[in-house]
Amino acid sequence: MNTASLVPAQQAMTRTPGTLAAIRALLRRELLLAWRRRADALFPVLYALIVVSLFPFALGPEDALLARISGGVLLVTVLLAMLPSLESLFRGDLEDGSLEQMLLAPQPLPLLVLVRVFAHWTTTTLPLIVVMPLLAVLLRLPAQVLPVLIVALLLATPLLALLGAILSALTAGTRRSAILLALMLLPLAVPVVIFAAGAVAAAQSGLPYLAPLLWLAAALILALVLAPFASASALRIAAET
Amino acid sequence: MKIIPLWLHKLSSPPVFYRFAGALRPWFLWSALILAAVALYGGLVLAPADYQQGDAYRIIFIHVPCAWMGLFAYFCMAVAALIAMVWRIKLAEVVAMECAPIGAAFTLITLVTGSLWGKPMWGTWWTWDARLTSELVLLFLYLGVIGLFNAIEDRRRAARAASLLALVGIVNLPIVHYSVIWWNTLHQGQTVRLLGPSKIAPAMLWPLLLMALATHLYFFASLLARSRVGLLALEGGKDWARALIGEKAHA
Repeated sequence: MNTASLVPAQQAMTRTPGTLAAIRALLRRELLLAWRRRADALFPVLYALIVVSLFPFALGPEDALLARISGGVLLVTVLLAMLPSLESLFRGDLEDGSLEQMLLAPQPLPLLVLVRVFAHWTTTTLPLIVVMPLLAVLLRLPAQVLPVLIVALLLATPLLALLGAILSALTAGTRRSAILLALMLLPLAVPVVIFAAGAVAAAQSGLPYLAPLLWLAAALILALVLAPFASASALRIAAET
Repeated sequence: MKIIPLWLHKLSSPPVFYRFAGALRPWFLWSALILAAVALYGGLVLAPADYQQGDAYRIIFIHVPCAWMGLFAYFCMAVAALIAMVWRIKLAEVVAMECAPIGAAFTLITLVTGSLWGKPMWGTWWTWDARLTSELVLLFLYLGVIGLFNAIEDRRRAARAASLLALVGIVNLPIVHYSVIWWNTLHQGQTVRLLGPSKIAPAMLWPLLLMALATHLYFFASLLARSRVGLLALEGGKDWARALIGEKAHA
């Protein structure tokens, strides 16, 4: 009778897209949004360029001095350039209601948060790392240090983005959260900056630089596992009202 | 039978805790003040001067107990925050949030007394030593928790968000501590040990431990008083709070 033909229809109605499909859809949405406003991706780069070009004016254009401090300056510049975009990571989602959709989705929220952070890192922080050779030349970073700096950044910036995502989720519902986010990120950023700068400084003085990089990698793996869960529970708190 | 769980369950109700804390607070406060007075007399008058540092070392009787309390208050805050996150107990939220300003004050005192001692001893107010840096980071953690708590309007949501931040902080704290040790160290090593002999003269040790006890008692006295006020602010519209305020107004 009819019942036999009803079953597939019911199944089709209740069937949810698989986890992979959800990840693909979310990633596509984020990248498409970023592409539609592709000028925004330039802001962190411009910001970093401004900060980097101010240092020679403030400290004097001596090559030796610039070369000595450039590794640390570039790291801090990248950290500062990440802050403004981190602040608004979940704000748009909270305002237009797509955060509720993420919370209600049958897929695990930590996984969706991880995809969200990955898309954010790709669109805002990766351009900074791409222009790093240019910034390094401006600050007279020794050429053999540049690869170490880039590897350190490739490990440190996703770590900072994951930690920043927790804080961004916590402050999602508040106004004027930029300073608050910086205040909360500072304690979390201290170890990251120490190890990244440690690797760069070691490479600069010809010492083995692998150990601090491995520490960074270990911290990144730990954060990849734990931070999405913390962000997810922070988002649930933010969406409670 | 299950008397203790039942008692704890009753205690977590705001009106019961309010009365309980009010009755307990004077005992903590007065014993803290008396012990602190004895410890200060022992430390500042009875204890001999240090053969190397002279009388300047006497600041440790404030500095070291406050440094311990800075960490202890963070630990208390994290435990209360965990309870607040898992069981959503209103009292735990209030207690966690009231720990933060007290701990921040102890940490600030540690930093100030440390730099007062550092000037004659190391010849500088501040140095980027591992322990000093960890202490500064601890202060920033506290300020972050207080700032986040004040930034969100809904009080209970604010408390839960700040509790989560406190828990993230306690995972972060040992990482910061060991990474700055790896980075730079100048501060003297540990002299007082829980297990095994301490490297400090007994005449100096007993005032220090007594002062530590006094600061703990003071912490709890302050925490009880602050939690009472916090509960009253949170529950201002409830019957028990109205009745209490009515009583006070009529008396």
